[in-house]
Amino acid sequence: MDIKDIIKPENRVYAKSKILTDTPMHYCPGCSHGTVHKLIAEVIDEMGIQEKTIGVSPVGCSVFAYNYLDIDWQQAAHGRAPALATATKRLMPDKYVFTYQGDGDLASIGTAEIMHACNRGENIVVIFINNAIYGMTGGQMAPTTLLGMKTSTTPYGRNVELNGYPLKITELIAQLDGTCYVTRQSVHNSAAARKTKRAIRKAFENSALKKGTSFVEVVSSCNSGWKMTPVKANEWMAENMFPKYPIGDIKDV
Amino acid sequence: MALKGAVVVDRERCKGCSVCIVNCPTQTLALAKEVNSKGYNFAYMENPDNCTGCTNCATVCPDTCITVYRVKV
Repeated sequence: MDIKDIIKPENRVYAKSKILTDTPMHYCPGCSHGTVHKLIAEVIDEMGIQEKTIGVSPVGCSVFAYNYLDIDWQQAAHGRAPALATATKRLMPDKYVFTYQGDGDLASIGTAEIMHACNRGENIVVIFINNAIYGMTGGQMAPTTLLGMKTSTTPYGRNVELNGYPLKITELIAQLDGTCYVTRQSVHNSAAARKTKRAIRKAFENSALKKGTSFVEVVSSCNSGWKMTPVKANEWMAENMFPKYPIGDIKDV
Repeated sequence: MALKGAVVVDRERCKGCSVCIVNCPTQTLALAKEVNSKGYNFAYMENPDNCTGCTNCATVCPDTCITVYRVKV
């Protein structure tokens, strides 16, 4: 069969979601942000909630998320996305409100906001991108950086005496009574990406059911910050990040 | 019954990250020798006969530049 006979609209099984805009993403080649944006767009598309979804973009590379998803957005000060999402959700309880935050944003400067929003059980969705580094500012050490991992501020590797231990903030959040669904996923291969999409969908559904805060961590790669090729970064992530940040549901009530 | 597939890569959006290539179970995809206007070697179907339209490449593509078609033959 000729390729021209296959490439017809009626045979199309996968195409770009209409929620994603045509703006080319500014992310580095192979960045996990693009994959997660796409999965969120597909979930919003499948649930038919484009008009009812409000995202809160963070500070970091993904601050420009509002250019890529055709929904309503707000942009929060560094780490304050859960506070802004709380206000938005309380003022407009029929909307689906989610925050999209990186590890420098959520696990460092925004620790107070995320802890208390989750403890209050706000009916929001938190998408947490953990790439163990401050990506946008040049690859400095983040709270989630692995021990021995080289970054621009830990050129000899993260050292316990000087820098302390990697912060497993998702496990901390799972202990809070306000959260209903806490999970850790990844997008390094197609099977993992499909599971992440199901997790994001479940989180949005929980929001409508007023079950409490849903928290989806996505263990991600930052190949530029890690100084690797995209493929090598994904392999390194599976080898080194997953033992410290194991994939799977941590809490589901 | 067999499945026959084909992918169309948006050459201008592709950044040549190769994540689709390593996720393709049938070794259909490869990076082109030529580059797009941004200077990236874009992905293309090197072995179009292998494609089954499984959508693995499109699912992991960070820039969502792959469209997948599939027929039963």
